[in-house]
Amino acid sequence: MSGAEIFIRSLEAEGVDVLFGYPGAATIAIYDVLYGIAAGKNVVIEKEESESTDEQIQTAGQVNSLSWNNTRNNTMTTTKAHDKQPPKQISGAEIFVRSLTEEKVEVLFGYPGGATIGIYDVLHDITNIKHILTRHEQGATHAAEGYAKATGKPGVVLVTSGPGATNTVTGIADAYMDSIPIVVFTGQVATKLIGNDAFQEADIVGITRPITKHNFLVKDVRDLARTIKEAFYIATSGRPGPVLVDLPKDVMAQKTVFEYPKTISMRSYNPTVEGNIKQIKKAADVINTARRPVLYVGGGVISSNAAHELRALADKLQCPVTTTLHGLGSYPEQNKLSLGMLGMHGTWYSNYAVHYCDVLIAVGARFDDRVTGKVDAFAAEAKKIHIDIDPSAISKNVPVDVPIVGDIKHVLRHLLQYVKPLDTLDWIKTIDQWKLEHPLRYRHDDKLRAQHVIHKLGEMTKGDAIVVTDVGQQQMWTAQFFRWQHPRTHLTSGGLGTMGFSLPASMGVAFGRSDLPIISISGDGGIQMNSQELATISQHNLPIKIFILNNGFLGMVRQWQELFWRKRYSHTEMKSPDFVKLADAYGIPALRASTPAEAEAAIQTALDHNSGPILVEFVVEKEENVYPMIPAAQTVNEMLDNPEPISETSKGPHVQQNIIIHTKG
Amino acid sequence: MTPTTTSAGGAVKVADEQLKQHTVSLLVENRFGTLNRIAGMFSAKGYNIDSLTVGPTEDPDVSRMTIVTRADDQIMEQITKQLNKLIDVVKVIDLTFESFVERELALVKVSSTTTTRPEVLQIAEIFRAKVVDVSPRTLTLEATGSQQKVDAIVNMLKPFGIKEVARTGRVAMKREYQVE
Repeated sequence: MSGAEIFIRSLEAEGVDVLFGYPGAATIAIYDVLYGIAAGKNVVIEKEESESTDEQIQTAGQVNSLSWNNTRNNTMTTTKAHDKQPPKQISGAEIFVRSLTEEKVEVLFGYPGGATIGIYDVLHDITNIKHILTRHEQGATHAAEGYAKATGKPGVVLVTSGPGATNTVTGIADAYMDSIPIVVFTGQVATKLIGNDAFQEADIVGITRPITKHNFLVKDVRDLARTIKEAFYIATSGRPGPVLVDLPKDVMAQKTVFEYPKTISMRSYNPTVEGNIKQIKKAADVINTARRPVLYVGGGVISSNAAHELRALADKLQCPVTTTLHGLGSYPEQNKLSLGMLGMHGTWYSNYAVHYCDVLIAVGARFDDRVTGKVDAFAAEAKKIHIDIDPSAISKNVPVDVPIVGDIKHVLRHLLQYVKPLDTLDWIKTIDQWKLEHPLRYRHDDKLRAQHVIHKLGEMTKGDAIVVTDVGQQQMWTAQFFRWQHPRTHLTSGGLGTMGFSLPASMGVAFGRSDLPIISISGDGGIQMNSQELATISQHNLPIKIFILNNGFLGMVRQWQELFWRKRYSHTEMKSPDFVKLADAYGIPALRASTPAEAEAAIQTALDHNSGPILVEFVVEKEENVYPMIPAAQTVNEMLDNPEPISETSKGPHVQQNIIIHTKG
Repeated sequence: MTPTTTSAGGAVKVADEQLKQHTVSLLVENRFGTLNRIAGMFSAKGYNIDSLTVGPTEDPDVSRMTIVTRADDQIMEQITKQLNKLIDVVKVIDLTFESFVERELALVKVSSTTTTRPEVLQIAEIFRAKVVDVSPRTLTLEATGSQQKVDAIVNMLKPFGIKEVARTGRVAMKREYQVE
């Protein structure tokens, strides 16, 4: 009996009648077993509802607010009596807010509660920091991620203790996997209550230890300013990542003199910035002998702001460039050297180019399993150079020949001096042939397909837009068919694969960027995981174009079930609300498109809409698959290309416009 | 931090015989949660810990941790890198490739009647172990030495009936060069 069956049988033996759940790639085998369970069993699929104590905090908070104000007034009078005694002592809450000011924090995403009420009282008088009240703490963390990724500045979150803190866990894990600099401040019960199972107590430092770059519990107000300084430094330097600071309620009320540290010195934390010059020269020697080189580029290029250097290197070497999901935007895709994305749903030609290359230059990428497939076969013939700021990312999954630890911008600048232009004409010719024979494509007829929406969006915006995707098929189609041009314009949950990321993250983008249109793309599943943030978007009238690609399924899991689980669609078909009415309830204008013509008109309407949010539901083909696909842990030889004949399809980017043959429209 | 020893077997990824034993000496910030961070990293990544000791050093802000682990070369490289990545870790030295001194201390409570007592005492003398407690039916010995030596005395005492053993796990330190 399989583990999945044992699991289900065990639940039956325990007398479980109802199972609340949500399928995904890791549980697909269990869901397959569930599919076979007799109809009599009452198996309901619903997203588990979180606890309702947040309301309790708010009411408790209002009561506490009064008493807190009283003590504050009292202490203010006492300090007045000692007016002549410098230096002035201020409370932890005030130190917190002034430290954020020192860090030039402009936006704070948060949710108040009992443990942070003192901080919120100080925030009430502050004008230089904008506090955005999200509708769920998870939304706050994703918004902070969106803000950070789109602006390059750290995103900041403030939530209360207990459920407020635990609700941030998914966002923190997401930021950890995708190396996004966010600083999360959580309220905590008073120090003397810690460990007592107090109301709204959770050991959030213990819970988040494996998913933060570092975390702190501040036990003494005198450590507060330095801790905040260290938190921002750790989050934004080296390989960026989330840092959590836990703030007990009594520490926020304690007083001390405020002095923000000017410099920082941590004997145990010194990220390497400059690459070792010997290693760089060694890498250059390898590159200079290459005949079939490929640049394999990840999100590190974007977080290091090194897109310019990357472009210079690729152009000098005439080296084809493939990017990971997070590398999209680091190299303009209309350039002939661009291969688009590689990996499980990467382009046919990028995966073949990597497979047959003789030198692979990995830049700020981590050889993720969704990229490599079967690791032994990944670029097996190639000499591998790996540039990364995180030493532990090097040779973790795939052994490399020349490792270089350092900041990508610095390393690429040096590397450029030592490499010579290469003759790659034949190599590029081969790749161009692959591009012609195996383009990204989808059937072109009168039905509306999700790929068409993304393809048109790319054409109509010319890639000048910030696009925030969710997780699943729409994420892959957007990665494939949108024409990526600029760094920091593609945001998605890559490592953790968090459904519900797009909407709150796009909200964070809107608070940091106003230079380009912002488009949030979700499926019908993902949008419902954080749809409460429509209220925040509506309240602030944020200019976000919310696209929902509704296929009535958890499409990616359904695709796996179709291809590998004999079409047993176990709990992946989903009934959704009327999204147009939902938007209306939030006061957001909305429209629906069900044909290619309607879709194009709707995209245009959305792009022309200049006052606040607009939502478009695209009712798309239900059982469309993402191709190409390399099944998990396999090689290019097992790659499934799109079965549609080339002549009956529309083709995605990367193929030179003058060669492409459009059959219809 | 008070000296502690844990012995926990994590998930073993490679067959045991391919794994080489490594003694890693760490200097870490003496802070709340540091031990948890390090132990947590080992369990999260599925690395083995054979023994782990922590104790204070000459600097009150720094603790020394000695971890004995088993790993192949690739995993050992990752263990070193992952340890270095932790913010609270100041220094990591894999002593396996160095000349080093190691010691372990064990308390062994062994059954001994009037007839067997001389024999037990003789073994103790051979291993230069001290008697730290005596009762009509038991003797408690304190043995110090390399892990092998402690293993050996424990083995020698087994036939008499061991009631309890407490071992500290290995502490280690790099040797200084004798010649400049």
